[in-house]
Amino acid sequence: MPTTPSFPKLQSELAIMAVFAAAVLTMPLWMAPFGAAYPDLLQKFAIYGIFAIGFNLLFGLTGYLSFGHAAFLGVGSYAAVWSFKLFTMNVLPAVVFGTLVASLFAVLIGFVALRRAGIYFSILTLALAQMSYNMAYSVLTPITNGETGLQLTQNDPRMIDHMFVDRGAGLPSTNLFGLEMSGYPGFYFCAVVLIIAFFISLRIFRSPFGLKLRAIKSNQTRMGYTGFNTRPHLLFAFIISGGFAGLAGSLLAITDPLAGAERMQWTASGEVVLMTILGGAGTLVGPLLGAGLIKYFENIFSAFNDSTLHEIFAFLPDGLESVVVFLVSPFVGEGWHLTLGALFMVIVIFLPGGIMEGLRRLSRLVRRPSAGRADQPQTQEG
Amino acid sequence: MDAFVLQILNGLDKGGAYALIALGLTLVFGTLGVVNFAHGALFMLGAFCAVAVEKLLTLSKQVKDESITFFDAYKEQPYLEIWWGDFGRAIIDYSVPLSILFAIPVMLLFGFVMERGLIRHFYKRSHAEQILVTFGLAIVLQEIIKAAFGANPIPQAAPEPVSGSANIGAWFGLGEAVVYPYWRLIYLFFSLSVIGGVFAFLNMTTYGMVVRAGMADRETVGLLGINIQKRFTVVFGLAAVAAGLAGVMYTPILPPDYHMGMDFLVLSFVVVVVGGMGSLPGAVAAGFLLGILQSFSSMTEVKSIIPGIDQIIIYLIAVAVLLVRPRGLMGRKGVMES
Amino acid sequence: MSTQTAPATSAATSAAPAIAHSASGAPLVLNVTDVEKNFGGLKALNNINLQIEEGKTHAIIGPNGAGKSTLLNVCIGRIPPDRGVVEFDGVPLTGMAPHEINQIGVVRVFQTPEIFPDLSLLHNVMIPALSKREGAFRFNPFRSLAREHEIRDDAEHVLADMNLLEKKDLEAGNLSRGDKRRLELAMGLVQRPRLLLLDEPTAGMSRHDTNRTIDLLKRIKERGMTKVIIEHDMHVVFSLADHITVLAQGTIIAEGTPDQVRGNPKVQEAYLGGAHL
Repeated sequence: MPTTPSFPKLQSELAIMAVFAAAVLTMPLWMAPFGAAYPDLLQKFAIYGIFAIGFNLLFGLTGYLSFGHAAFLGVGSYAAVWSFKLFTMNVLPAVVFGTLVASLFAVLIGFVALRRAGIYFSILTLALAQMSYNMAYSVLTPITNGETGLQLTQNDPRMIDHMFVDRGAGLPSTNLFGLEMSGYPGFYFCAVVLIIAFFISLRIFRSPFGLKLRAIKSNQTRMGYTGFNTRPHLLFAFIISGGFAGLAGSLLAITDPLAGAERMQWTASGEVVLMTILGGAGTLVGPLLGAGLIKYFENIFSAFNDSTLHEIFAFLPDGLESVVVFLVSPFVGEGWHLTLGALFMVIVIFLPGGIMEGLRRLSRLVRRPSAGRADQPQTQEG
Repeated sequence: MDAFVLQILNGLDKGGAYALIALGLTLVFGTLGVVNFAHGALFMLGAFCAVAVEKLLTLSKQVKDESITFFDAYKEQPYLEIWWGDFGRAIIDYSVPLSILFAIPVMLLFGFVMERGLIRHFYKRSHAEQILVTFGLAIVLQEIIKAAFGANPIPQAAPEPVSGSANIGAWFGLGEAVVYPYWRLIYLFFSLSVIGGVFAFLNMTTYGMVVRAGMADRETVGLLGINIQKRFTVVFGLAAVAAGLAGVMYTPILPPDYHMGMDFLVLSFVVVVVGGMGSLPGAVAAGFLLGILQSFSSMTEVKSIIPGIDQIIIYLIAVAVLLVRPRGLMGRKGVMES
Repeated sequence: MSTQTAPATSAATSAAPAIAHSASGAPLVLNVTDVEKNFGGLKALNNINLQIEEGKTHAIIGPNGAGKSTLLNVCIGRIPPDRGVVEFDGVPLTGMAPHEINQIGVVRVFQTPEIFPDLSLLHNVMIPALSKREGAFRFNPFRSLAREHEIRDDAEHVLADMNLLEKKDLEAGNLSRGDKRRLELAMGLVQRPRLLLLDEPTAGMSRHDTNRTIDLLKRIKERGMTKVIIEHDMHVVFSLADHITVLAQGTIIAEGTPDQVRGNPKVQEAYLGGAHL
């Protein structure tokens, strides 16, 4: 029988955070053998990791499947760019502003969507996000700049910056108190934010509040008869989750101060769902793993084309090589989304618990290779 | 008055498409208890059946262009035209309606395979997992279509005799302004007859009645010793055909592209929710209603009062319905209300 | 079914002192007055009056379809009565949300075990304990569960009472049905409710488990918790109840101490010649 850990030790929290921080900050080193040690990609890992962590706080803990989380990502991006345009190119206010605006937006959406559960919640979030997306393209053009996307211009007021410095000739770049946010500094900034985000998630997982959220997922009606008003619990989870998405969105704007509505499209919402499921919904590190893997393979696979494939399979006999390349080519390059969709199906069908579930099964196999029944108590947190 | 009639007409053909897709969606939910996020992809597959048939019929070879005399010019001429002349040309002209003959077996087969191979294994799993796996399938399907047909919309022509517009205004003495493309009129009647066919099947055949009984109370029907599993497969195939036909016939109205399924899926979910989850008449009524409302909200007069309303009207209605009357217009009391 | 048949009143004459007694000062926890409930044409509850005193164990018995579960559901505000009032400590329960009813101290233990199947037993019991401490909502995402010593001790104590302590780290969904029912009882008890409503606490249990549960409920009785038990099993009822109300076809046909009820011919008739007694 599987068991759940009842009491995580406080000391273990420190250890986890130390290991995690070390792992994240040394990513440029240990990702090098995988060919992923360049700041743009590493930064993507961190940003989408934050997005997935936040999504997991809602879906993983409460079981409420939001299909509109990309809306918060988009709102966060817009807000951050506006912060660059109106106030300062310093990233700190932009991140705070983006997170806040997305959280406020989440209050609004959550208030409406959380009146329903199950598939109705999914459809409501989907409809509301799609509505925001359509509005970003039409009515809200003064704020979003429609199809062109919101960009920095020479004429932006940038009130705070211009109190200290004169308008330069070119467009200014994002910075943290003067340190330019491109290349590795940009990655390290995102990495630090990721570590903070992970810490918050860890605390929530191990708090009474997190326990209550998990109980809602397990049996929501029972929570009512236990004396809890579930709706505010869900709303707060939703707001935190939306805030994380907004944070990720504003970090995207830091790398590239440009925000477009396509970030809000529902396929983007689907992507974060996939990341979370792939890694393991409801587990602490699973969503991070999922986000990293998807962004990694997206980066690698979408760069493939027929000639690179021919190179890779050159060791095969000629006829076989062409067949293999023919079979593989629809899944790479432009067809990367096909791989993504297929992966999605495979995971949901065969491994609904995601990679973390797979690892757990593996470790059980390894520990008791002979026993058919794996009912050994298990103590580590998933 | 004329503008009013015109907007209703404009909404009707779109409403017909919504109704057909939503009908299958709600039928599958009501009988199988499965939320199918790949249903929009079935609509898209239907549309690409028409594209495939058109491509097949217009397979061409290069022939010398006789009309150009001062140098050697070549043009593509379809085999059908070469073999059968005018008759061949007529067949090509009617490729969209002819695609129906192709789409019915293809969609039926696809529906059967999809139900047997995938959906069946998800009856007992959570709605969230159903949503996820069918969402994955939808992505796979649309990416396959994208790989096969490219990313750009592929316009399809309505048959030449019905490519013009009907002066409906003159028919009913409403004024010359009310003109309406013949094809849209045909689409409206087509969708109505498919809807009628589905209802007739469900209400007038014993087979259909068992299916409806299954919608009301699956366990009892199972206890009666009726093989409900097999009927579920048929129902799913039927829903796939309805969505596919909606797609085939819609191609002259909207040039099909690989992501049209996703666009229509979100809208038809809204339609199902507004109509009432599991209610067939509700889905049809809501389909037409939302189609018409959408067309009204895109009138310049309306847009000048509330800018952008045409983009969001359907979602606003869905949100309002879910909040005020979650069971929808015609949903059964107590179904998913709390 | 005319209202309060004569024999019922005569049976209630012996119960009358109890009512008078409570009227004379013993605090009433639950007061059901003139409750009626119809389902379509069916009278599920007809002119029900019920007074439940502090600290007593009150059993509601009756043949199948007598309206016991309906009455219980009316008592916890799940079904609004067509007529009449249900008051807890003088507060009417109608229209309250389930969590509000729990928060004022009314806890129901369900007939089919309602637990959190994905959580450990200990967490299952800690959650109601948290509800007792925190009220209906508290946002405490940064507090660590590891620091909740009181809540944990409380939960472990109750689990020990139920002989479930050694299983505390198991996932509750994997328990046997009997264990699940005891876990649910633990979830109710940890809240130390003013009023505990038990819906057939021993249904489906083996004789051995039934006896254990009876012992357990007797022990709680010593702690002075007010309980209402709905039960089929007469063995359970007569070993536990201070006061019994007999329901048949939506009407109270007899009321009184176990001895009074046992001897009542009306009750024996309702139970087919007293076969169950």
